[in-house]
Amino acid sequence: MNLWLVLAGNSIAFGGLLFLLSAGFSLIFGLMRIPNLTHGSLFMLGAYFGASLIAWGFGFWPAAIAAGIGVAILGGLIERLLLRRLPGAELAQVLVTLGLSFMIADLCLMGWGGDPIEIATPPALRGATLISTAAFPTYRLAVIAVAVVIAVGLWVLLDRTRLGAMIRAGVDDPAMARVVGIRVSRLFTIVFCLGAGLAGFAGVIGGPILSVYPGLDQDMLPLALVVVILGGSGSLVGSFVGSFVVGFLYNFGQAMLPELAYVVLFLPMLVVLVLRPQGLFGRAAA
Amino acid sequence: MSEIISRRNLLGAAAAVAAGLPMPAIAQAPPIKIGLLTVKTGPLAQVGIQMEQGTVLFLKDQSNILAGRKVELVLGDTGGNPAGAKTKAQELIERDGVDLIFGPLAAFELLAISDYVAGKKVPILSLAAAEDMTQRKPNPYFVRASATSAQAMHPLADYAAKELKYKTVMTISEDFAFGYEQMGGFQRVFEDGGGRIVRKLWPPIVTPDYTPYIAQLGGVDAVITGFAGSNPLKFMKQYKDAGLNLPVLGGEAACDDPLLKSLGDEAIGMITAAPYSSDLDTPSNKKFVAGTLRDYDNLPGLGAAGLYTNGMVAEAALEQTGGKTDDKEALIRALRGVSLTDSPRGAFHFDHFGNVVGNIFIRRCEKKDGKLVNTTIKTYPNISQFWTYDETWFLAQPVYSRDYPPVKS
Repeated sequence: MNLWLVLAGNSIAFGGLLFLLSAGFSLIFGLMRIPNLTHGSLFMLGAYFGASLIAWGFGFWPAAIAAGIGVAILGGLIERLLLRRLPGAELAQVLVTLGLSFMIADLCLMGWGGDPIEIATPPALRGATLISTAAFPTYRLAVIAVAVVIAVGLWVLLDRTRLGAMIRAGVDDPAMARVVGIRVSRLFTIVFCLGAGLAGFAGVIGGPILSVYPGLDQDMLPLALVVVILGGSGSLVGSFVGSFVVGFLYNFGQAMLPELAYVVLFLPMLVVLVLRPQGLFGRAAA
Repeated sequence: MSEIISRRNLLGAAAAVAAGLPMPAIAQAPPIKIGLLTVKTGPLAQVGIQMEQGTVLFLKDQSNILAGRKVELVLGDTGGNPAGAKTKAQELIERDGVDLIFGPLAAFELLAISDYVAGKKVPILSLAAAEDMTQRKPNPYFVRASATSAQAMHPLADYAAKELKYKTVMTISEDFAFGYEQMGGFQRVFEDGGGRIVRKLWPPIVTPDYTPYIAQLGGVDAVITGFAGSNPLKFMKQYKDAGLNLPVLGGEAACDDPLLKSLGDEAIGMITAAPYSSDLDTPSNKKFVAGTLRDYDNLPGLGAAGLYTNGMVAEAALEQTGGKTDDKEALIRALRGVSLTDSPRGAFHFDHFGNVVGNIFIRRCEKKDGKLVNTTIKTYPNISQFWTYDETWFLAQPVYSRDYPPVKS
């Protein structure tokens, strides 16, 4: 019984972390039609920034926010200086993001060395909390809370503000959005910054669970891809639900069928792709 | 074209400049060339970089002269994959004409080049731990001064059964050959010592979150891990976060000394077995540790110590051959005949497969003066890859694998 409780709790916590990672990925994918393959690298970069900031005496949360902002600025630069120059050339944009991810990985190796770096859990959140009969890591409960706060924030932004309305218009039909006077190219920059910033922030939040090491980028990117393909690109609800579905599949798959952990994870993605290519919550392309 | 300087030309130019510097007149013979297959990018880079540090430090300590001949080190970055290892091994042998190869790190890299290198009769001193390289499928030009996968696990199991008096354990290790061979070795000796393996868990090499596995651990005396690379860090942290308090025992890579600076208090009390420990009190180890701290500001571990030791083996063999490398048969005989009394890992020699027979250190991770250290609590001397088993019997058994030895229910 305990095992199930722990697994369920952990699935939710891992889903929360995946949501932080994939919400931005989904928005970028939905709006700009680019599977941004640097997303895993931005996550890793955020974690490295966070680790350095903490080492320089920042608190955990300020470091996470600062790292998010740093990565957001970098994301803005990538969009402005590189992707902007390749309008409409989606294949070229994908290749640029892939190339960038390799470059970032090498630069991180140069800058931070090959040794894994641990990000310490904030002191107040160390240890385990007892939920009914199961001991559950306190920090993971905090991750769930952070994910929910960010999810609500994003929902308000997308659903209740003018900017959000413009972004939704851009996702649904970029050509028509341009016609009615929305500066879609500026939206691209904003969304890319936002997505990158969330990824960087998620890197620090994930740090106490995952630590930071060369190869973290490649570990996380496929998970973000699965979430977005399952949930549907450009849909906040989709990436929210997708994250938790993947969190559950990942945790229960590994515990119940460890030999088939990746089959359990990727098979539903294949089924969804075949039966509903736009994802569970995505809208069919016009 | 002229403004494009390829990396190779640049290296050549750098080498030419270096060669032009004033040098003491040494014997006229051309330099001995040592090729180092290492990994400088990707997840294996952490150990790859330490391998390079160990080699460079050794050559620096010898002023780049072995047995009266100048030494030239040629680096090959395999990128940590078999295809890269093959390409670089070919470059080192065909283009650079190296006399010896140090490395590579990973078993899959080594397996990709083993036949080719043996065909070219180039001695290869590797860290790769694959058991059968010195057991059922030996390569006559192979020398391993580090350890097989199970070489440190046999004594660890002996220690767990006899000194710690553990009766039941669960094992958890990565789902690949190094993990299988480590846990297989532990299981054989632990069961022969009266213990029982209740369950063996195999998370994939890439497992961001171990909690689903950790949730299945419990009801035993201890947990045995075989994690390597950055995985021990993740595992230990998530293990303690999950509120588990069972003792953790680990293999050589589970608490390697360079990891100590990254580990937190969760590692305190962890007991690991390894063929090298930076706290060993021998003259050559003190010099080696001081040199690594001075040049790289890092405590050396298996990677750096393994390559530094390889360097000492090469030096001793070359002294035996009078600095000659052209007779490959004589060179490999000399390499395998090396017996050192003082090295960073203490005294050792080789068996007839070219595998090391030497110390295995049982260490406990402790906190001293606010820093984590591994303290040796027991040394098993003269440990061979066959432990105390009869060699013929050992080789007649299947190699350790995911399902061998099987878990007895």
